[in-house]
Amino acid sequence: MDETRNVIISAKDVEVKFRVRDKYLTAIRGVSLDLYEGETFAIVGESGSGKSVFTKTFTGMLESNGTISKGSVMFHGKDLTKLKTDKDWEGIRGAKISTIFQDPMTSLNPIRTIGSQITEVIEKHQGISKAEAKKQAIEMMERVGIANAADRFDEYPFQYSGGMRQRIVIAIALACHPEILICDEPTTALDVTIQAQIITLIRDLQKELGFTTLYITHDLGVVANVANRVGVMYGGQIIEYGTVEEVFFDPRHPYTWALLSSLPQLGIKGEELFYITGTPPSLFNEIKGDAFAPRNEHALKVDFVQEPPFFKVSDTHYAKTWLLDPRAPKLEKPEVIQDLHEKIKKMTDKGGAFHVE
Amino acid sequence: MSNETAEREVILSVRHVSISFDTGHKKKFVAVKDANFDIYKGETFALVGESGSGKTTLGRAILRINPCSEGEIIFEGKRISGNISREEDRNVVRNIQMIFQDPAASLNERATIEYCVSEGLYNFHLYESEADRIAKVDKALQDVGLLPEHKSRYPHEFSGGQRQRVGIARAMIMNPKFIVADEPISALDVSIRAQVLNLMNKLKAEKNLTYLFIAHDLSVVRFIADRIAVIHLGEIVEIADSETLFQVPLHPYTISLLSSVPMPDPIVERTRKHIDYDPSKLDQSGAKRELREIRPGHFVFATDSEFEGYEEKLRSMEQEAK
Repeated sequence: MDETRNVIISAKDVEVKFRVRDKYLTAIRGVSLDLYEGETFAIVGESGSGKSVFTKTFTGMLESNGTISKGSVMFHGKDLTKLKTDKDWEGIRGAKISTIFQDPMTSLNPIRTIGSQITEVIEKHQGISKAEAKKQAIEMMERVGIANAADRFDEYPFQYSGGMRQRIVIAIALACHPEILICDEPTTALDVTIQAQIITLIRDLQKELGFTTLYITHDLGVVANVANRVGVMYGGQIIEYGTVEEVFFDPRHPYTWALLSSLPQLGIKGEELFYITGTPPSLFNEIKGDAFAPRNEHALKVDFVQEPPFFKVSDTHYAKTWLLDPRAPKLEKPEVIQDLHEKIKKMTDKGGAFHVE
Repeated sequence: MSNETAEREVILSVRHVSISFDTGHKKKFVAVKDANFDIYKGETFALVGESGSGKTTLGRAILRINPCSEGEIIFEGKRISGNISREEDRNVVRNIQMIFQDPAASLNERATIEYCVSEGLYNFHLYESEADRIAKVDKALQDVGLLPEHKSRYPHEFSGGQRQRVGIARAMIMNPKFIVADEPISALDVSIRAQVLNLMNKLKAEKNLTYLFIAHDLSVVRFIADRIAVIHLGEIVEIADSETLFQVPLHPYTISLLSSVPMPDPIVERTRKHIDYDPSKLDQSGAKRELREIRPGHFVFATDSEFEGYEEKLRSMEQEAK
């Protein structure tokens, strides 16, 4: 991508701690991320990797026992980590930065009409009349693909299907034309056929309205579909990032290797699927070295002692692993994900298992 | 795998089963319509569909949780649906076990793992002495890759993958012949999914089990299933062995499902088409649809004219393959 693009939001060295009973848990351990205007960046990681927590610092929605203990998030010259009260966040959260959550049933109020939930946002942030807000809301409903929007304006969430509800959530999030849209597992609770529709809808709206999208997901298939750039999170850190092609076809961190290798799409019947042994690290304890080392069959001695820095692979591609140190032994990525593109192409071409006319 | 079509032993038959629920109105809601298939001993039979398709309802009917409103279910030659003797009922519960989707919700959070796993033994007095029960629990935990010392812990002390192992141990301790696994990996992380799938495959081989694997995700099913049935709005639209279903999917709904599996490849994804399922393109004449065998073992839900269309398509695909 061209280098003249503007950074719209810039997180530097963010650390987030949660107080749980008498102990502190470090959920985010120094994450930096620049988002470019108009791009789609996807954060992948397993549950507990910190992907949701990290993006909540962009909207000030950390749970009340959580604090940003270090770092900054710069947005339009303002450090968002300094904002405290809901009043401080006015004009940013929901207006310039919006979030779509996983489960549309929990983000919508079940006892209020769909229409009133959309107009509420428009009235609040744009300060326009009720009638005008209703007009805009119906327009927005049509835009997200609700047929007969005017008739369905006064219906309740339970009268909508899961996919339709998620469309409404998208309409609410986009009602104020935000600059950044955070999609936190937007399709995980939906059926696969609906998932494809919602992903396409978000992409079309992005083209039309020009916002920047930050996707959070655990599904690498979805990432391949939506993202320009990808960041892989593990144990509260981004451990590798690059363009989507770099991360899928030239991954460098053993955790990225492992994630890609365990995809069921790559499984061969009758053989064992690749899997990662052990469990993610407990964030209550201080993590020494590379957080993935205990589960990593390729771990070096140094991985247990010292935390690796980011090594540069290309101008856009960085990975936090000692394997990229010139002194490290040369290691090939695992067999399953070598020639990934050729393999998948074969599967989707004529005669392949995932080929469709 | 028992791929020879010759003499395969049927362990469970679902015969023209319909399941309906009272809605409070005159009209009943029919969740499953005329499901009809056999499951062979030792195979993994997958039932794939989206939410609301009736896949779980059908799975629960096999466990006698939902009554069938029509048709019957036969297990090892005996009817197990409808009114059966108490003894028979206990027999079904022992031999057919279930693995649930969300291990956090299906384990009693106030009970130790030892109790969770022993519950079936208690209910059926399947142990001779305390020592015997403990030995059985230890064995079940080891079978699923947990340690005997985990017995005294509580479910919340485990990770999602470990909890699902406990859920599997709970089912396995009964020495079942048949397992209904209802989305056993959907609530788990990618890396953990592979562990649980491998474990299920291992146990199947060791204990000569038969699985009914209920799922919404075709990519997972391809890896684990011998045969696949696709269910849509209560109707089974296609049944075939796993390779065939992926190679020559016939019903447009199957094709739509297949096209919505996202592939982990940005270049491929950019050009990959998603095919929406449009029922209005099907035969609208009102002719009766039935599940018909188009090739040995490959069934498709079609009217006469649709069937001809599928036949033609299949023939041209076979021609091309030659």
